Amino acid sequence: MSKKVTITIDGRRISAHEGEKLLWVALDSGIYIPHLCAIRGQDRPPAGCRLCFVEVGGRLGPVTACTEPIREGMVVRTRTPRVDRLVETAFRLLLSDHRLDCKNCTKNGRCELQVIARERGLGPDRDPLQPLPAKTYIDESPRTFVFDPGRCVLCGRCVWVDQQVAGVGAIGFSGRGIRRRVTTFGDSNLAESPCTECGLCVEVCPVGALFFKLPAKKTKGDS
Amino acid sequence: MQEKDLIPVLERIQKKYGYLPLQALKSVARELGVPAVQVYGAATFFKQFRLNPPGKYQIEVCMGTACYMAGGQVALDSFERRLKIGVGETTPDGEFSLERVACVGCCNLAPVAVVDNVVEKNVTPTRVDGILLSLGLSEENKENKENSNAQGK
Ligand code: SF4
Ligand code: SF4
Ligand code: FES
Repeated sequence: MSKKVTITIDGRRISAHEGEKLLWVALDSGIYIPHLCAIRGQDRPPAGCRLCFVEVGGRLGPVTACTEPIREGMVVRTRTPRVDRLVETAFRLLLSDHRLDCKNCTKNGRCELQVIARERGLGPDRDPLQPLPAKTYIDESPRTFVFDPGRCVLCGRCVWVDQQVAGVGAIGFSGRGIRRRVTTFGDSNLAESPCTECGLCVEVCPVGALFFKLPAKKTKGDS
Repeated sequence: MQEKDLIPVLERIQKKYGYLPLQALKSVARELGVPAVQVYGAATFFKQFRLNPPGKYQIEVCMGTACYMAGGQVALDSFERRLKIGVGETTPDGEFSLERVACVGCCNLAPVAVVDNVVEKNVTPTRVDGILLSLGLSEENKENKENSNAQGK
């Protein structure tokens, strides 16, 4: 293991391993930084959600904490006007393409979007961005889980575990810009893809886009 | 084949067939040793690739600045509504395909559509109907298309 160094986050002195990514060090020390796309242990974090911005002494602009390596003596601030503005904008953009309906969502109460909203005081939008047309298609073809693209935040966690951990390669991104989405080869449903239903993608999804089906309720008379 | 050859290879396939058949994407993925969905991702990322065979009549609607300002989007919407397909798609009977292009160089005629390499000027929704009518999209097979599409989706 690399050498231990001391850094400062929001005035708190914290010891951490050099080279480790700042995001995880902060989270492990109980300091919250919004994040959706990063997964622990990634060599090259995708840094796609643009939510984990912090300011680091000596750096000109805000940097993403999931890609920022720990260095001796670094001074980090997680809340500055510049950071707050970036996070708020990224968050509002996500919600403009999100079928928001928490009370009917399986992730209600365990959802990372809700955590971000609570931690950063980003309540219901008073002046929402123009919403994109809602994606209404839902893939219920797998035996054990459901994919609901209307709730997907395109974080890419599912794609990463499918390709890097499970080694299956059933899902990936297609299109770009507002057409970007998580899909299978040829947009087939998941049951017709190489998906093995290992369930890893469902476990890493931070929102209500991938969720397990409830076990069929036993009705009276079933033995 | 190496990963850096992916785009040139896709370009060659499209040149040969006029589009990228899914079967071809699968073979490319096998050659590269990557998941097919990754090749699919690259093919859908770049605007220059099409995944449907081009129609017998190819309609390109200009979205250059001048045409856009003069109602290019309205023209594109009309084509989409009439043909019941989106940009980059082909009607199920293989007759029409629809694309958007950047400036075709005759902004004074805006909004412009290029239909089988012929420039159509001042393309209003009425003109869209006229163009399609002259290409044989009759009222009756418009209905057929509605039906076949309703089944397809
Ligand atoms: S994914 Fe999260 S924010 Fe979206 S509806 Fe579900 S609980 Fe609400
Ligand atoms: S399905 Fe879930 S894990 Fe996958 S990209 Fe969407 S939000 Fe992220
Ligand atoms: S967690 Fe850093 S950009 Fe998504």
